[in-house]
Order: sequence, then structure tokens, then C-alpha cells
Amino acid sequence: MTAVALAPPRRRRALRPGVWGASLFVGLVVVAAVVPGLLTSGNPGAADAVSALQGPGADHLLGTDANGRDLLTRIVYGARPSLLAGLGATGLAVLVGSALGLVAGLGGRFADETTMRLVEVLQSLPTLLLALLVFTIAGPGTLNSIFAIALYLMPSYARLVRVQSKLIGRSGYVEAATSLGLGRIAIVVRHVLPNAFVPLLVLATIEVGLTIVAASSLSFLGFGPKPPAPEWGAMLSAGRDYFAVAWWVAVFPGLAISLTVLSITVVGRHLQRRLEGRPS
Amino acid sequence: MRTVLIRLGSSLLVLWGAITVAFAVLQLTPGSTIDAILGTAPVTPEARAQIVSDLKLDRPVPEQYADFLGRIARGDFGHSYQLHDSVTGAVGRELGSSIQLSLVGVGLAFAVSIVVALLTAHRRRSVRSLSSGLELIGVSIPAFWAAILLLTIFSFKLGWFPAAGADGASSLVLPAVAVAVPLMAIFTQVLREGLELALDEPFVATARARGASDAFVRVRHALRHALLPLVTLVGWLFGMTFGSLVVVETVFSRPGMGQLILHAVEGKDLPVVLGVVVLTSVVFVTVNILQDLAYLIIDPRLRGAR
Amino acid sequence: MSLIELSGLEVSFGDVAAVRGVSLTIEPGEAVAIVGESGSGKSVTARALLGLTGDGARVTAKTLRIDGRDALAFGEKQWREVRGTRIGYVLQDALVSLDPLRPIGKEIAEPLLLHRVVPRSESGDKVLELLVKVGVPEPGARAAQYPHELSGGLRQRALIASAIACDPDLLIADEPTTALDVTVQAQILRLLAERKAAGTALLLISHDLAVVAEVADRVLVMRDGIVVEQGPTGTVLAEPAHEYTRTLLAAVPRAENRAERPPVEGPVVIEARDLVKTFKGRTAVDGVSFELRAGETLGLVGESGSGKTTAARLVLGLTEPDTGRVEIDGRPWDGLSRTERRELRRHIQVVYQDPLGSFDPRFTVRRVLDEALAAGGEPRTSRRARAGELLELVGLDPALLERRPRHLSGGQRQRVAIARALAPKPRVLVCDEPVSALDVSVQAQVLELLARLQLELGVAYLFISHHLGVIHQVSDRVAVMKDGRIVETGDVREVFASPRADYTRELLAAVPRLPEPRLREEIAS
Repeated sequence: MTAVALAPPRRRRALRPGVWGASLFVGLVVVAAVVPGLLTSGNPGAADAVSALQGPGADHLLGTDANGRDLLTRIVYGARPSLLAGLGATGLAVLVGSALGLVAGLGGRFADETTMRLVEVLQSLPTLLLALLVFTIAGPGTLNSIFAIALYLMPSYARLVRVQSKLIGRSGYVEAATSLGLGRIAIVVRHVLPNAFVPLLVLATIEVGLTIVAASSLSFLGFGPKPPAPEWGAMLSAGRDYFAVAWWVAVFPGLAISLTVLSITVVGRHLQRRLEGRPS
Repeated sequence: MRTVLIRLGSSLLVLWGAITVAFAVLQLTPGSTIDAILGTAPVTPEARAQIVSDLKLDRPVPEQYADFLGRIARGDFGHSYQLHDSVTGAVGRELGSSIQLSLVGVGLAFAVSIVVALLTAHRRRSVRSLSSGLELIGVSIPAFWAAILLLTIFSFKLGWFPAAGADGASSLVLPAVAVAVPLMAIFTQVLREGLELALDEPFVATARARGASDAFVRVRHALRHALLPLVTLVGWLFGMTFGSLVVVETVFSRPGMGQLILHAVEGKDLPVVLGVVVLTSVVFVTVNILQDLAYLIIDPRLRGAR
Repeated sequence: MSLIELSGLEVSFGDVAAVRGVSLTIEPGEAVAIVGESGSGKSVTARALLGLTGDGARVTAKTLRIDGRDALAFGEKQWREVRGTRIGYVLQDALVSLDPLRPIGKEIAEPLLLHRVVPRSESGDKVLELLVKVGVPEPGARAAQYPHELSGGLRQRALIASAIACDPDLLIADEPTTALDVTVQAQILRLLAERKAAGTALLLISHDLAVVAEVADRVLVMRDGIVVEQGPTGTVLAEPAHEYTRTLLAAVPRAENRAERPPVEGPVVIEARDLVKTFKGRTAVDGVSFELRAGETLGLVGESGSGKTTAARLVLGLTEPDTGRVEIDGRPWDGLSRTERRELRRHIQVVYQDPLGSFDPRFTVRRVLDEALAAGGEPRTSRRARAGELLELVGLDPALLERRPRHLSGGQRQRVAIARALAPKPRVLVCDEPVSALDVSVQAQVLELLARLQLELGVAYLFISHHLGVIHQVSDRVAVMKDGRIVETGDVREVFASPRADYTRELLAAVPRLPEPRLREEIAS
């Protein structure tokens, strides 16, 4: 009664230009990942010692690296491993995490305790350390990076799904459904699962961006795809010795990472506000 | 009292879990366990046999496990045959510099974000948009790229700060900023959201009705409420800082835990890797207990419940 | 000189005009009340007197004088000098209106220190003095406690203490008793009356005419941002000039609004025997027995914590009793197989205080009703048509079927909840505070609807409420609960006319009363 007066009613605004731009950029990255040939005619591996470390110009829009390879071409081709790592690790984490979360949230006390202790142990190790452990056992590589990051992300999904399913299990609408005489399974399928997954998907969208950051960090440290392969983090790592003389080598691959992550986050948050019915 | 015991028990459980993970890694590493422990260190056959019997590697796995647990309980985290030093010794030498860097970085992020959040919460649209735009950018910049940019601009182009090493305060500035950038962005977001929620609460309206100024209401009432969600982030903060440390130390060629663990992984120096795993979980558990304490200090409503 | 002189107040949020031309004067020592339903602009008007309408608000007025000073020219600094010293402000629900992270002593001391009324060293003594003044026992121990550690009544007293700390000329109380039990409400109203007797002017904001009737000298009735009627309290209540005031008065639930109820002779549909339920050592329900006949309404009345909601959950089979049993149509919940229980559930349905939380947020009204009809065994082919019929039955337009409940008004939501509860053709409806969250005019409509449905369908109601007027209006029999026990039960007219239990007497005495209305005939004509 009193609170109504405090919060001025807000009107729905049209889609903001930022969200438009972000969606467009995400689209561009997806195209680059699927059919890089559409965006550039060059070959990401074509070395040319004569034109090594050329600044941005007409011949090479974003300049060249120490081996004379065109940076723009390599950045376009670098979209695939980044996006694969982002989607792959997030997808894997969502699948395993939500399965564990459901077991913990809807199963008995024993299942809950066991799963949560397991999750806590995983959470006690920083992402990077977990990844390094995986590399120690299985060696470096793209697949192992994805697996390592998924291992780290998984606990937060497990926790989210667990809390959600517990909250929803106690909600008024589940009680109403119980009063109608609906069975346990029908209630889980019809009410608990769909409602628990809404916040999960939102979190996952936003985390694809953060996963890309994590994957590129691992590549930067030298645990990602092998050197000649175009990957944004690996490109920064390979260019380390030339930053003092060729700023573009330091700037553009990083810009590719940041813009991709930024766009995905903007789109994710927009979806979040839409799904939660808040004004954007 | 009972809840304190439960809390301690579950902390021990996490520790035990992490130690078990370390032991499992040792067993899962391809090749024989003794090769995994020695890595690339050159060792005479006699010394090798001595190590095998010292570490009971010739015994069945459960016995090895019990021995492993026992040694850690006595504070023996193993020996690096590549560094010719105990793991605790190696870690001890590197730890100081890393702790310094992370404390300065986290402190910087914390101070900046409190000020920014206090100034921007519930302000004009333009101010908030600018701030949240910067935060979004901050979150999207990987720590290693932030470090590279800082290095390129302030060391190579402007020559204001040294590009490498750990000598004195000036060498700490750029690494600390690189560690702080992503943290700052998240802290500010969380704090501002918390402040805005708190500022909409009836108790803030009540305080204003008593004649309190806007600044008073923000600092004395709302800020404390906004700190609660920040405390929740402590676990995340720990992992994030560890990751940042490793990459930032790499970019700035700074000695520290990051260099230690990276070289250990690259050189297959397993005792160091596992020692760091166990130590990290010790720190994590401690941090978690501090987190619980922080909750109790900030929120009296939790005191009765525990 | 008047304490407050306000004329032509206009407040808008964006395009929404919250207050449209309100004028108000308050003389020193006078008690004025603004009464209206939600969205009437009453709280915004009160906040405008403190310059606290919020960031998004546009405020204009012809005159606003506080103690003769022109407040329209006030800057933030002058406003701060007025707030707390000239005007004190009390909000509803002290649990959220006092900072939950600070002890109440600090909250009460805050205005003293802000306005430098006493030096810091003496603020502690002053706080104790204030706590005594508002009737808080053991002030020393209380001052160190946090809001969540105190009862609702003590919290509200502490909040009032902080508002009167600097001895303001005017105390504004915005719904000061809404969150409180009726006996506590009576105590707080007495405390406000004491302040008035001590010479403080009062501005009471309330949705409840009866609450303000006892304290206020003058009443303003607001609707949609306009004062529709004002005058001395006695005159407005006895001879309301405006139609809206008459509607409001008529809508107040009480015995006179009882429809003619035929005597009940149906078979017993619920039999509860010796129910006991303990939660973590606290006994919520302690030996409760009652029965309910087909077509009958049993009112279960009590204050918060009396165990009435737990009793309802036991009856619904949502919670298992420690001992005792509940039989629905002669079949007990215990001893049934899972399938049999589910089958039995549709015979007893429930309507909650907060209908929104009881709807799956993804569901449209159609899906909500479809699920309930399916549970009642309605074949798929006829469900569409039945959903529309159900909405018509509860007085809603079938066009609302495709809407989501969160886009409906509170009254509409409660009607949908009733439609859902009726979908499986239950024998019993448990109504748990079904009208407590609704405005009084909507409340009257929902109560009328429930009464009509009972006559048409012969369904029995177990009607739970803290509101004695509501219980008096709807029930055939009443059971008064306190501390988990039924202290008195019987025909509602007999119990309310000549209560036997002390507690019932205490409750009835605490209910704020309107003067006997002379307006029933006038409205009928």
C-alpha cells in the first residue's frame, strides 16, 4: 500500500541500441566460427616473413604478427575454438550440474549431503588449479581445457538447481497442485523442472562469456590448442615478445575476446530481464 | 556450539576431499607413481629405491593412502626432487610476494568499488549507465589482457613503471591494477545493486524522515546491507584471485605462486602441484570460516540462528 | 497559526497522477486522519508534508506552510531541519521500518544525535526515557536488542519512540497498526491517543475507517488522488455525504452484513479429533477437535501464532499430526494408500491469502484451471468450456482465460483461485485469510461471492481469519483459537454476543468499532 507510492511506475522501453549492437556482434562471431571463409579470404596459417610485424594498413587491416600472418584472418578463424570452448564447457556443466542438483534437491537427505560435499570439494579448488590438475593427468589440449572448465562451472549449476528445486518444492503453486491430488512425478515434471530451469538458462547464457575468458586464459598460459592454430589467447601468448614494438599484436586479439564476452553478457542480461519480467 | 562443530566438521571433510583428490591424481597419472613423483629430476637408482621405500610406494594402495594422509597431517607436504627442496620450503619462498600482490589488488578493488557504488547508486540515469557500462567492460576484460595492455601502455610506451620483476612499490602498481580490474567491476555491480535494494527499504525512508542526509543514509544504513551479498562472493573471489595471480605474474615475470605452479606443471614436478592443491584447500577452508564470521558480525539476525 | 497549511497539492510519477489537488490543514494538537484504499494517494500526501515523495515524483502545490514557514521554498537542508524535529513519521511494520542490522537503542538515538538535541554522552539516558514514555518494559535490556528479537507491538513502540524523540509538533503515522494483532493494535492506538493528549498533533493514514474513528478529530476520505469528503469524524461516519464514503462504510465486514443463512442440517464432512502438532519443541496445535457439516461455515479465529494455519494444513492432509486424526467424509488421512490420498484430496480444496504465489508463474489462467479440472477427472474435450463456465461462476469475464495471473488485480486473482478450488467439485473449501490482502471494497465483493457460491453449490467452508468482523459476517459457528487450543466454540451470534472465555472477551473488546451505522437503509433505497 505504501510501497506503491515509492516506486515510480516504469514504462517498457524499446530494445536499446546496445542490445542491438551486441546481438549483431554475437551473430558475427557465430558466422566466423561456422564459416570463417565468408568473412575473410585469407589463410590463417599463411606466413610471409617479408611483411612481419606490419602495422594496421591497407594491406593488412589489423596488421600482421611476427611471422607475417594477417591478424584479421587469424582473429576470424580464432572464433571457432573460443566459441566451442564456451558452449562446450557451459553445456557440459549445465547437464552434469543440473542432474546433480536435482538429485540433491529432490532426493533424500543422504543424497543431498553426499552431492553437496562433493560439490564443495570441487569448489574449494580455484578454476586454474583444477585445470592444471586435469592437464597433469591428461595433458594439455582443447578438449581437456573444456573438460577442466566444465568441472569448475558444474558446482554453481548444481547449487542453483538444488536451491531452486527446494524453493519451488515449498512454493504455493506446488502446494496447490498437491491439494488438487497431483502425483509427485507429475508435479516435478510440470512445475518444478520448468521453473527451476529458467534461472539456470539465464545464468548459463551469461557464463558462456566468462567461460570464453577462462578458456583463453588457459591458452594464453600454453595449455590450449598447439601454437600454429589460431586461438585468441594463444595469439596473445605468442606475441608477448613483440608488444614493445607492435602494439597491435597485443591489442586486437584481446579486443576480440573482450568484445565477444561483452556482447554475450549484454544479450544474456537482456534475456534475463525479459524472462524475469523486469524492465530492461 | 553444535553448529560450530558441524561447521568445523564439514570444513575438515572438504580438506580431506581435496587431499583425496590429490592422492587420486598421483595414482591416475600415466606411468608408475615413482616416475610421476620424480618427474624429470635425475636420480640415481639407489636414491630412487630409497624414495620408493620411504614413501611406501611398494605397498598396496590403501596403505599408501593412509601414509599419504598421515604425512600431510604431520605437515609434510612432500619433497620436490627437481627443486631439491621440500614443498613447504618452495612454497614459503614464493608465497610472500603473491600474498602482497593479492592483498593490494583486492584491497584496491574493494576501496574503489565502495566509493563508486556509494556515488552512483540510485543516481541519474546517465551516471548509472556510464558506471554500469564500465563495469560490463571490466567484467569482459580477461586479467591477462588487462595486464598486457597496462604493460604495453605504461611500461613500454610511457615508461612509468618497470615491465618486470618485484622490486619495490613501483613494480607492484601495474600487477595490482591488473588483478583489481575484473574484481572491481563485479564488486561495484554487487554493491550498487545491494545499495539500491537497501535504499528502497522502509527503514531508509524512516531514517530520512528523522532528518538524515542522503550521504548519512547511504553510509550508515544502506552500506552495511550492501556488504552482505559481497561476503557471499568470498569463495568466488578466492578462485578468481588465484587465477589472476598466475596470469598476471606470468605477464609481468614476477616471482610468486603463479610461476611456481606453472613451472611445476610444465616440468611435471608433481609433489609441488599436489602440495599447492592441499595448501589451497587449507586456505579456502580458512577463508570460508572467516566468511561465516563476517556474516555474523554484519547481520545480527543470523546470530540467534546459529 | 495552523501547524500545516497545504493547498492544491499535485504529485505525479511519470504520467501517473498520484495526488490531484489535495488541500489539508492541521491545527496544533489536532488529530486528523486520511482514509482511502490502495492507490488513493494518501501515503504520498503524507510524504509530501516531509518533502519525501521520492526521486521520480513531480510535486507542485499552491501553498505548503509548516508552522507558518513557506515549505515550497525549502531546500534539502531546511527540509532536514523540519524532519524529525517538527514532524515525526511512523511507518507500518516496524520489522522493516527499523534498520534490522542495528539495535533499536541506536535507531531511537539517531534523531537526537542528528539534530544535536542532546550530547552523545547523554543520548543513552534519553533513549531509556523515551522507551519508558512509549510503554516498553525493561528499557535497558530492550535498547540493546535488534528489531527481529522483539514482538510486533514492542517494535512498533520503539519506532514511535524514535519518531517522537525530538518532541515533534506533528506525528504522522502511516498504517501504524496494519501488521499487528487486534489486541496489540488497540494498545498502539491508545499510545497514539496519549501523544495527542500530551499536545502532539496527529496525522493518521489508514485504509481502515474503524481504526482511525477512535482517535481522529477530523477525517479526510481519499480516492484516486482526490479528497472526496472531509469533516468531523462523527459526522463523516454517521452521515456520509459522498457515495464512496458510504460504499466504504458498507463494505466494512461485520455482523450486519450477514446474508440470511438457512439452518445447516447436512452430514458431517470433516471431523477433526484431538489434533496435536509440535514443531521443534514448540506446540503449534494442542488438542484441537471440531466438525464441519455440508453447506456450513466454521470460522476459525485467532491472532498470529495461535495455530490456526497449522490446523488448516492438518485438515488438508499437507502436514501429518503427531497425534489425533482428521476424517474427510468419514475417511481418515492416515491409513490410506498414496493413490487413495490423492483421490481424497480433490474433495477438500484451499484458497490462500496470497493467490499469486499459488499460481505457477508460467501458467495462464486457462492452464491453471485446466490442471484443476483434469485433477477433478473432467475429460479433456469438455475442459475448455468448463474453464469458461468457472470464470463466469466467480464473476469474471472468460476473456481473462489467456491472461497470466500476475497481470490481474488482487480481487481478480482471488476469484481465479476460488474458481480453481471449485474446479474438482470439492465438498469442503478451506479459506486461509482469503480477503486479508484485499482492499475493503474488494473484500466485500469476494465475501459476497463466497456466500453466494455456498448457497448454490452446498460446499462447506473452513474459514480462517484474524479479523473478527469477517468471521462474524460469514460464519455459522466459530472456534476461537489461542496458543494452539480452541478456547471457545459455538454459534457465532451467541459467542460474539455473550462470550464465555476471557480471551474471547479480550479480543472483542480490542476490536475498533464504528458507530452504529444508520446507512443500510439509505443505500438500499
